[in-house]
Amino acid sequence: MLKKRWISMYVENRIGVLARISGMMSGKSYNIDSITVGTTEDPTVSRMTIGLYSDEPTFEQIKKQLNRCVETIKVIDITDAPTHMKELLFIHIKECSEFEKGEIFRVAQVFGAKPIDYGMDSVLLESVNTESRNNDIIDLLMKKFKNVEIVRGGVVAIESISMKDR
Amino acid sequence: MKVTGSSLFVTAMKKEGVDTIFAYPGGYVIDLLDELYDHPGINLVLPRHEQGLIHAADGYARATGKVGVCLVTSGPGATNLVTGIANANYDSVPLVCFTGQVPAHLISNDAFQEVDIVGITRNITKHSIMVRDRKDLSRIIKEAFYIARSGKPGPVVVDLPADVMKTLGETSYPTEVNIRGYKPSQGVHMGQLKKAIGLLKKSKKPLFLIGGGVHRANACEEMTKLCEKVSVPVVTSIMGRGAINTKHPLYIGNIGMHGCYAGNRAIDECDLLFTIGCRFNDRVTGDVSKFAPHAKIVHIDIESAAISRNIKVDIPIVADAKEAILKIIKHTDEMDHSVWIDEIREWNKQVPLDSRIKYGVNPKKIIEAVNEVFKDDDTIVTTDVGQHQMWTTQYLELNETHHLITSGGLGTMGFGLPSAIGAAIGCPGKMIVSISGDGGFQMNMQEIATAVTQRLPMVLLVFNNNYLGMVRQMQELFHNKRYAITCLRYHKECKGRCGTPGFECPPYTPDFVKIAEGYGISGFRVTKDEEIEDTIRKAREAAIKENGPVLVELAVGPYELVLPMIRGGKSFDDIIL
Repeated sequence: MLKKRWISMYVENRIGVLARISGMMSGKSYNIDSITVGTTEDPTVSRMTIGLYSDEPTFEQIKKQLNRCVETIKVIDITDAPTHMKELLFIHIKECSEFEKGEIFRVAQVFGAKPIDYGMDSVLLESVNTESRNNDIIDLLMKKFKNVEIVRGGVVAIESISMKDR
Repeated sequence: MKVTGSSLFVTAMKKEGVDTIFAYPGGYVIDLLDELYDHPGINLVLPRHEQGLIHAADGYARATGKVGVCLVTSGPGATNLVTGIANANYDSVPLVCFTGQVPAHLISNDAFQEVDIVGITRNITKHSIMVRDRKDLSRIIKEAFYIARSGKPGPVVVDLPADVMKTLGETSYPTEVNIRGYKPSQGVHMGQLKKAIGLLKKSKKPLFLIGGGVHRANACEEMTKLCEKVSVPVVTSIMGRGAINTKHPLYIGNIGMHGCYAGNRAIDECDLLFTIGCRFNDRVTGDVSKFAPHAKIVHIDIESAAISRNIKVDIPIVADAKEAILKIIKHTDEMDHSVWIDEIREWNKQVPLDSRIKYGVNPKKIIEAVNEVFKDDDTIVTTDVGQHQMWTTQYLELNETHHLITSGGLGTMGFGLPSAIGAAIGCPGKMIVSISGDGGFQMNMQEIATAVTQRLPMVLLVFNNNYLGMVRQMQELFHNKRYAITCLRYHKECKGRCGTPGFECPPYTPDFVKIAEGYGISGFRVTKDEEIEDTIRKAREAAIKENGPVLVELAVGPYELVLPMIRGGKSFDDIIL
């Protein structure tokens, strides 16, 4: 079944490792939706979060191929695991009237986004939310406003302490 | 005491037991070669082109089971290795390729002969890495050898910036390896294995499909014991051929695109396909939906990523072939499948492998002559890629003393001669035969010089049909006989598009016997079937007497086809006999 799937993986924090992982994915025609990398508490180790759409057999193969890389320390399939998963999103809405600004603030309030900057005819929102919830905000604002700039950061995830379900 | 990186490199080679380095000099490996120059225990072999160099290292590794070591300079020296690296990667050959690199301060400057070889080879190596710091040098070399030879073997690239090799540092070489992300699989999952054995016990028509993994695991003897104990017939991929004696009564033949009829039919009718060390490459399976349609499939492979990738299998087992085979032998009793075996043998009688077109020298007879002439020698035969390769894999007899080295996965033309050179260097005393077509031979024939200078007795057979025959065959069968750029006799004066070489055609390009003369070696030409065996015998004797290579050109007919054939993506139902 084609669906969105998630991998968290630990890799060596070294030059070329991101290229190795992303190059392997592109070389085998696996399309990455989003990928984030950051150093962990151990400075020699990085953690990646990779999101992609694929069917089950392809995803199995992807996990095996990721595991094959010498620089890969551990691959965790978090598709159905209870996790905290957040993406950073900036939305800069331009050319809006006073009335529209009020509308934007209401949207921000409902969706838990934060106005972080403000101009005479524009508003900058910051949203730290799940990827799908961020998609919803974008959809909503794009419907209403013509001049919108969007910067997304990709998703990071960590295993949950208390949650049993996703 | 502190030593330079180059000096440590030599220590490392000695600790790894390296006796031969295939090397080509250049600006950024001069220091290293200078250091190696004082160590007669390490034989430096100079080929004539880096592609020939790496294929030689590949042939050396396959023939000896040791790690093949390459040392080349930066830039073009490194990029010329690329095809050979991919070739070794596909056929799981352990290589460590050291490439010179510009000094660190010049990297990213577009410096002279700077190239990102680690980046270029990332997707075609088992591992590739640049040594950025002198203190990491010994660890990285140690890991490179370990990664190359362990698990599923493969090529490793180690890029050596010139300044690192000049820097003074530690003298010691580590004795142990600990790579947290790399743990080759060990042991066999007994639960899975017992399920597989259960299927084997129930099966009426079981079949072993053996791939190159059994050779890599050095498990041919065990494989023979296993098939004898459970009395199960054996088919092989091209890479698996020779896993059991090809004259063994349980051996059927190769399967796949140019496999024998009986072998492919056995796949089609078996009820259990017990596969060891074969990754179900498309040339083996054809249309996967129609491959082994009645069979449960057991798949033993050292690499989990090879399992259930091309073919969905019922029992996956990740294990080293030898370990798994030994366990199966231990947990099975003798069985009887004589009815099924007789049935397959009957198919082999109905449709034997044969070569039918009577024009030019008969390729089947050439390979049979090789079997005959070299039957009492320890022999290694290498091939290029194309029709001659298929004929070799169809007719060449392999056993404990007769081995085949061929480019299976990547299908690299130009592999035959240099890999034979590597095999000859690795196995002095064995007879070495390289079999090539006129196309592939010309891709690396400069390496004759290497064979001459290294004093390697070898017989070089060139099947000359004046065509790029394998492609020509596909054009004849599937492209309406339109021979787009496959005729090697083509000259600018040729009129129109012909499909029939005739008397008016220009002569040989080149004249291979004259090429031999140019290298100061004996050259023979065979134009009639009756001359085949005598000439090859003469060539064998001349090679031994002259202690060098001898070339035999054989005028094979251009119309000769490799049959049977299952077209790519088709199934056994579409077999062309």
